[in-house]
Amino acid sequence: MIEVHVKKRLGGFDLDADFAAPPGVIALFGKSGSGKTSVINAVAGLMRPEAGRIEIDGTLLFDRTRRIDVPVHRRRIGYVFQDARLFPHMSVAKNLAYGGSHERDRVIEMLGLSELLDRRPAALSGGEKQRVAIGRALMSHPRLLLMDEPLSALDAARKAEILPWLERLRDEAGLPILYVSHAASEVARLATTVVVMEAGRVGRVGAVAEVLSDPAAVGMIGAQEAGAVVRARIAGLDRIDGLTELALSGGRIVLPGRLGGIGTHLRLRISAQDVILAREKPEGLSALNILPAEVTALDEGPEGVAVGLACGADRLLARVTRRSARALRLEPGLRLWAIVKASAVAPDDVGGAA
Amino acid sequence: MTDWLGPEEWQAVRLSLKVSATAVAVSLPLGLLCALALAKGRFPGRQLLNGLVHLPLILPPVVTGYLLLVVFSRQGPIGSVLEPLGVSFAFRWTGAALAAAIMAFPLMVRPMRLAFEAVPPALEQAAATLGASRLRVFVTVTLPLALPGVVAGAILAFAKAMGEFGATITFVSNIPGETRTVPTAIYAFLQMPGGEGAALRLVAVSVALAMGALLISEWLSRRIARRVAA
Repeated sequence: MIEVHVKKRLGGFDLDADFAAPPGVIALFGKSGSGKTSVINAVAGLMRPEAGRIEIDGTLLFDRTRRIDVPVHRRRIGYVFQDARLFPHMSVAKNLAYGGSHERDRVIEMLGLSELLDRRPAALSGGEKQRVAIGRALMSHPRLLLMDEPLSALDAARKAEILPWLERLRDEAGLPILYVSHAASEVARLATTVVVMEAGRVGRVGAVAEVLSDPAAVGMIGAQEAGAVVRARIAGLDRIDGLTELALSGGRIVLPGRLGGIGTHLRLRISAQDVILAREKPEGLSALNILPAEVTALDEGPEGVAVGLACGADRLLARVTRRSARALRLEPGLRLWAIVKASAVAPDDVGGAA
Repeated sequence: MTDWLGPEEWQAVRLSLKVSATAVAVSLPLGLLCALALAKGRFPGRQLLNGLVHLPLILPPVVTGYLLLVVFSRQGPIGSVLEPLGVSFAFRWTGAALAAAIMAFPLMVRPMRLAFEAVPPALEQAAATLGASRLRVFVTVTLPLALPGVVAGAILAFAKAMGEFGATITFVSNIPGETRTVPTAIYAFLQMPGGEGAALRLVAVSVALAMGALLISEWLSRRIARRVAA
């Protein structure tokens, strides 16, 4: 279990974050300035909270009332910073070995670092730097890995290059990860548990599919970023039209591109603003993906209405205007049709299983 | 090689090198400590330490020399304590080294402090999260990254020590073979009828040593900067 409670007055705002989560990838998710980085700095020991308690898998790292404050270098917490922070005067090999050489060969193989070992950090691309930073943290044999927006400094191509490595890390290394992000697509792809931060407080904790599809969480996540995560299996490939057919628990959808071999399991993020609702089953529509769904919850916010939908065992999330919500007479229990625009699912939003 | 310098002049050059090297070697650890404390430390009295380190730069050298004489003479508060231990500064070459070290100290600390300030705390934090103690962070990250400034400070201090005159002559006088360094020797030769030749030769030596020190420091810091930044 990862148990974190930190309280601190920070400039003009109060940080008071309290959550517990099972191991896996725990995403600290929220808008910038919501206190995410402060929380993981406290876990690393780089910031001392005024009150609180931090316990990782039964090891107490900080407890104000018992005056326990393990120094940074004895916490065994790996930290992958937003800006990599490689030592410029050391080769990649020396950077990697700085904190230890735990599972050296496996880490180098898993992150594809063998070609880079003799180079200096200045000669690496942004994506390569982040891979080395991840490897360096792993080789120090941490009990928990912290990642502070490790992709935010990278362009889309570099992100696409690193994300599969992070998925491998989650699926192969068996190391709990606390992952800070404000990008829903990353969270949807990587996280097992989501902790939503809002103005220094924890607004919501839960499994990724549950939190991201909850209409009540849309306000904290941001309307643009909201969207549910569904699990899918590749059921068919259309080579002529270049399409992949996916089986969801509630029906089938077709996406452009070849997303993998038949039978492959995927997780897919479907952005709330790309789901259209209809009371009647639409005919003669260019969109190919029409799924039967049932309204489970509604949440009215300043920017519109977030609609939670059950579609088989999966949850979907849609955003409509207040006027549409009235016109459709939306209410929990209503059965209707959810239309997903095929081209709306970005490649970033398609990730490996787990 | 010694032909063009007379034995007295040669003696002054050798003594100057010994005094300056000792001054730099002995004050280097303290200089590093002060530079580090001023760059990274947050403690009460930081401004006082800063003032103390820079004082010899601002005080007239003769005042520094006189204060040293008062404190370190055989009857002085520190001199009288050290005397029974066999440590003596007054009118000894060790006293010349002490005077040179104190006069050169601000020049040593300043580049080192700037170099330490330029080391990103972010890298030191990263090293700590990888399990490095504060000492290991200093030895493996802070010091190597600040090395160009540290070397520059040491060389600057050496050059200043080679040229120190006022505090030295006030504190330990001008005793041939013991405290007569190159600058005090030049002064002595200039007071002597017919001493201009010897004085000129020592002036040439001074210029050569100063230029040499500057060139070596430039070359070293460029080499180190290239290695560090890569």
